[in-house]
Amino acid sequence: MKKLVILGGGTAGTMVAAKLRPRLDDDEWTITMIDHEPTHYYQPGFLFIPFGIYTPDDVVKPKADFVPAGVDYIEAEIELVEPEDNRVRLGDGTVVEYDYLVVATGTSIRPDETPGLDGPEYGKTIHDFYTLDGAKALAEALRLWEGGRLVLNIVEMPIKCPVAPLEFIFLADSYFQEKGIRDQVELTYVTPLDGAFTKPIAAKHLGSLLEDKKVNLEADFYLERVDADERKLVSYDEREIDYDLLVTIPLNMGADVIARSGLGNEMNYVPVDSGNFLSKQYDNVFAIGDAADLPTSKAGSVAHFAVEVFTENFLRHIEGLPMLLEFDGHANCFIESGHGKGLLIDFNYDTEPLPGKYPLPGIGPFTLLRETEMNHWGKMIFKWTYWNMLLRGKELPLPHEMLMAGKIDEGVR
Amino acid sequence: MPVTTIGDQEIHVDDEGFLTEYDEWNEDLAKELASNIGIAELNDDHWKVISFLRSDYQEQGETATLRRVTAVGGIPTKELFQLFPKKPARKMSYVAGLPKPAGCI
Ligand SMILES: Cc1cc2nc3c(=O)[nH]c(=O)nc-3n(C[C@H](O)[C@H](O)[C@H](O)COP(=O)(O)OP(=O)(O)OC[C@H]3O[C@@H](n4cnc5c(N)ncnc54)[C@H](O)[C@@H]3O)c2cc1C
Repeated sequence: MKKLVILGGGTAGTMVAAKLRPRLDDDEWTITMIDHEPTHYYQPGFLFIPFGIYTPDDVVKPKADFVPAGVDYIEAEIELVEPEDNRVRLGDGTVVEYDYLVVATGTSIRPDETPGLDGPEYGKTIHDFYTLDGAKALAEALRLWEGGRLVLNIVEMPIKCPVAPLEFIFLADSYFQEKGIRDQVELTYVTPLDGAFTKPIAAKHLGSLLEDKKVNLEADFYLERVDADERKLVSYDEREIDYDLLVTIPLNMGADVIARSGLGNEMNYVPVDSGNFLSKQYDNVFAIGDAADLPTSKAGSVAHFAVEVFTENFLRHIEGLPMLLEFDGHANCFIESGHGKGLLIDFNYDTEPLPGKYPLPGIGPFTLLRETEMNHWGKMIFKWTYWNMLLRGKELPLPHEMLMAGKIDEGVR
Repeated sequence: MPVTTIGDQEIHVDDEGFLTEYDEWNEDLAKELASNIGIAELNDDHWKVISFLRSDYQEQGETATLRRVTAVGGIPTKELFQLFPKKPARKMSYVAGLPKPAGCI
């Protein structure tokens, strides 16, 4: 028997298991998926919890519900990968051997990497919405808040779902208006990049969104430390930003087991070929989803397109055949913009988000790079699609490669 | 992409003046680019950052973040702010002839 082992049963790991099980002969291959968390989180839903739009029930289901028939599931801490010996050590001392390994251990927030951030004020005046607990605590804080300075800051790129912080600030604007206290709230968006929109065409179309919604922008702000007692952010060039309520996107890093196992870069991401996800070090190790060091967004949609490419390639690779498909970095993200509207962006490694239409057989087309109600519904439907289609490995009418059809190729000289 | 002339060299740049062709860069050009943004002279420490950025870009296909320059290139973040005041991420990629650090949108 040949053994495929998948590390991590999140979005990417579960999709890999669901796609490959029907394609690999049961008599020849075992598939084992390992994860330490009994719960599967629908992370895109975390965004809506602070505003009471979703409750925790919307975003959690037992992981066991998504283990495809014929896949062995081990709930355990992955302690160490020993790629030279093709084996994985688990927290309880068990050793799992593999012929092929797929690393899908994702990325998570590290507030402890920034001095002053992870102290007694975390969960009180400092919050995040990248974890369920964080989002729940923030919901409670917002519910009781009577106004003041709300500052959202991104510590460092890359982060998973790089549009989520923008969506948060848009939804906050909406939320405080509905509560009737928008005039008592000052919203500030703080980013280490040189603006909220850094790609020229998106900037041209959306550049005024923050101003329209009366959100202050602090760009090029590279956080050195947080003074939680004085409630201020301090940058490396000694700029200071005062807050009453801080919503932070802490540094994102890949799993520590990746570092321990010598498989990662300085952020614990696994260096892979950006076209086929094969490790740059080992010919029988792949990394997919947020765990890989791909130069595109860390997003569920990227993981979905990536898994489609991976599946076909993997089936050839194990036969000793060259991998034919080349991943283009395709990402497709709905962006909530508040007041029941949303935006849609579609891009890849080489093509920045463009305006126009995104055709979707049966439902679409959606409008790109412009606020519409339809895009908001696209985002809301995504939850159902995620639980019922994506995680089950069902085909969606979405090609994995980015298409130019419908897009207006303005400004691309 | 617009073409511009810096010194006596024709180069391809984006709307913000960042080089779009990796191979059009050379050290003389870097000096010109630096002086455009108020860095009168590039010292050894500047060159250390620039050469790290250039070689890292070739391997990664992405401009290194400040954190990466610190963690992998071994240059403290505070020092990057001294070498390329106020906007180090933007300035160092400009001088090194690489795309500026960007989000997805
Ligand atoms: C607030 C927020 C909003 C988002 N919005 C969107 C959106 O609108 N659209 C979109 O496409 N994407 C969105 N995303 C991103 C999306 O959720 C992720 O990109 C996606 O889940 C990545 O899948 P993954 O499998 O790589 O990682 P994950 O789904 O995070 O899975 C990693 C798994 O590895 C397990 N693991 C890690 N280390 C170990 C260990 N040592 N031992 C055992 N198990 C381990 C974890 O328990 C986890 O189950 C959002 C994310 C957040 C946080």
